[in-house]
Amino acid sequence: MTEVWQNQIRRALLALAPIALALGFTGGILVLAGAPPLLTYEKLIMGSLGTAVKRADVLVIWVSLATCAAGLLVTFTAGQWNIGVEGQIVLGAIFATWAGRVLLEQPGAVAIPAMVGWGLVGGAFWGLLVGLLKIYGRVHEIFGGLGLNFVATALNIYLIFGPWKQRTGGTLSGTTIFPESLWLPTLPGLRLSILSIVIALVIVSAVSLSLRGTVWGLQLKAVGQNIRSAYILGLPTQRLMLSAFIVCGACAGLVGAYLVVGVHHRLVPSISSGYGFLSILIVLLSGFRALWTAPIALFFAAVNIGSTALQLDLQLDASLGGVLQSAIVLAVVLMQGVRERYLDARARPS
Amino acid sequence: MSVFLATLASILSDSAPIVFAGLGETLNERAGVINLSVEGTMLLSAMTGFAVAYTTGSLVLGFAAAAAVGALVALIVAFGSITLKRDQVAIGFILTLMLGELSSFLGVPFVRVPGPAVQPLPIPVLKDLPILGPLLFNQDPVTYLSFSLILVMWWWFYKTQPGLKLRGVGERPEAAFARGVNVKLQRYLYTLIGGALIGLGGAAYSLHVKLGWSHRHTAGFGWIALAIVIFGGWDPLKVTLGAYLFGGLRALATTLQALVPGLPVQVFPLLPFPLMILTLILFNSEALDRVLSLLPPRWQRALMGILRSNPPAALGTHFEP
Repeated sequence: MTEVWQNQIRRALLALAPIALALGFTGGILVLAGAPPLLTYEKLIMGSLGTAVKRADVLVIWVSLATCAAGLLVTFTAGQWNIGVEGQIVLGAIFATWAGRVLLEQPGAVAIPAMVGWGLVGGAFWGLLVGLLKIYGRVHEIFGGLGLNFVATALNIYLIFGPWKQRTGGTLSGTTIFPESLWLPTLPGLRLSILSIVIALVIVSAVSLSLRGTVWGLQLKAVGQNIRSAYILGLPTQRLMLSAFIVCGACAGLVGAYLVVGVHHRLVPSISSGYGFLSILIVLLSGFRALWTAPIALFFAAVNIGSTALQLDLQLDASLGGVLQSAIVLAVVLMQGVRERYLDARARPS
Repeated sequence: MSVFLATLASILSDSAPIVFAGLGETLNERAGVINLSVEGTMLLSAMTGFAVAYTTGSLVLGFAAAAAVGALVALIVAFGSITLKRDQVAIGFILTLMLGELSSFLGVPFVRVPGPAVQPLPIPVLKDLPILGPLLFNQDPVTYLSFSLILVMWWWFYKTQPGLKLRGVGERPEAAFARGVNVKLQRYLYTLIGGALIGLGGAAYSLHVKLGWSHRHTAGFGWIALAIVIFGGWDPLKVTLGAYLFGGLRALATTLQALVPGLPVQVFPLLPFPLMILTLILFNSEALDRVLSLLPPRWQRALMGILRSNPPAALGTHFEP
C-alpha cells in the first residue's frame, strides 16, 4: 500500500516539477527586472479572470488558439512541422477581407459566411503550397513555410499600404473598418460570439475524432511514424501529406477570417498576432493529444490577457506572458527527457 | 565606380551578423546538431550585447556577453537533444519563441537609447590598394573579424585533422565512434562554439549594423541565417556567399524603392526575405534537375557541385553508441 502511495506522490511531483521550474525561472527573470514575483503572478491571474469582460476576452483568444492547434495536430500527426501556419492565418484574413470588400453592400447573412468560406480557402491554399514545395521542390517544410510566412507578411503590408489603403492614406491601423452589418454578432457588451465558440468546439472534436477513429487518421499516423514503411505498404503518402497541410491551412485560414469578421473588423498588419506559433507550443505541450489542446489553449489565452494587465498595473512589458508560456513548454519537454533518462532507468532492473 | 565600391563595401560590412550566425550554425550542423533557436538567440544576444556595452562602456565586454548568451542557449539545445534525446527542432523552436519574448521583456530599459557603436578602423597602406583597399581594408574590427572567421572556418573544415573528425561526426557518427572519437563530446563542443558565434552575430547587429535596441530588433535575420546554411550547402565559403547575396538583395531593395513608384515603401525591406528563400527553393527543385540534365555531363557535374549539396547525413539524428 505504501509503495502505491509513494508511486502516486512521485508521479504527482514529476507532473508538477516542470510548472514549478517554469514559475521559478520566470520569477528569477522578474527579480532581475526589479518586479515583485508574487504580486506579478497575482495580477496575471486577476487580469485574466477578474471581470466578465476579461473572461470573455480570454475566450475570444481561445477560439483562435484552439482552432489553430486542432489544425496543427493534423500536420504533427503526419510528422510535419507546419511553421507556415502564421502565413496561413494571414492569407485567411486577406481572402476574408477581399470577400468582404466585394460583398460590402450585401446583408451580413450573405457576406459573413462568404468571408469565412474564402478565409478557409485562402488558408488551405497557403498550406497546400507548403506541402507542394515539400513534395515537388524538396524544400523542408520549415523553410517552405517560413518563406511563405514572409511572402504573406509582404502581401499583407502591400495591400494595407497599397491597393486597400484607407482614403486618408495607408496606416498601421489597417484597412477601412467594415460596416457593422459585416461583424460577427456578439454577446451584448462583450467581444465574444457564441457561434465562434461552437465552431471551435466542433472543429476540435472533429479533428480529435477523425485522427482517432477514421482510416484517414490512422493512415496519417502511419505516415508520421515512418513514411518509408507507409509508402511500401501502399499508402498514398504524398496525397496524405498534402491533405494534412490542406486541413491545417484551412483551420488557420478560418482563424484569419475570424480575426477579421469577429475581432478586428478590418485587416491589420500583424493580424496573426503570433497565434500560430503559440498554437505550436500548445500542441507540443499537449504531447499531441487532441483533447488536451483545448484546456491548454484556455490557459494560454488567459496568460495572454493577463499579461496585458501587467503592462497597465505594474508597467511590466506584456512579453512576460510569452516567456512564461514557452518556459513551461520547454520545462515539460526537458523534464520528460530527464524522467526517461535518469528516473525510469533507475527504476528498471538492470 | 567609387559609389559602386562604397555600396559593395557596405554590403560586406552589413552582412557581418549573418556571416557570424550562418557560419556558427554551419559549424554545429556539420557536427550533426540543428540549433533552430538562431532567431531567438540573436535577439537575446543583440539585447545583452548592447545592454552590457552600454552600461559598462566596453564594446569588448558587450561582444563577450553576447557570445556567452549564445553558448548558454546552445548548451540547452545540446543537453536537451544530445543527452536527453528530445527533438532538436522542438527545443530550438520553443527557445526561439522564449528568447524573443525574453529579449523584449528585459530590453525595455534600453529601447531607443543611444549607445556605443563599433568604430571604423582603416588599415594604413593596405586601404590604399586599388579596389581591394576600400572593399576589405577600410572597414571596422567586426567586419575584419567576419572576414577572418570565413578563412579560419574553411581551413578548419578542410585542412585540419580535427576538422576531418568534425565532418565525420556529422556524416557517420558510428564510424567516427569506432575510430575512437567521442561523438557526444564533439557535438557538445561544436554546438557551444556555434552558439557563441550566433551570439556574436546578435551583438554585431545591435552594435555594428542597426545600432541600439528595439522590440524584435533583428527582424528575421536569424531565420535568414538558418536558410542560408541550406542555401550554402553547409560549406563555409558558399554560406558566406549566401550571406553577401542577401546583403546585396537588401541594398537592391533600398535602391529600387526610389525607382518603383507603384509599390508602397513599407514592402521593400521585406522583399529580400522571400526572394532568398525562393532562391533556395529553386536550387532544390526538380525543375533545376531537368534543366541540368540537358547539359553535357561535365558541365552538369560542375554546376551540381556549385548549386547543390546534401546535408550532413546524420543531421538532427540521435547517436547512441
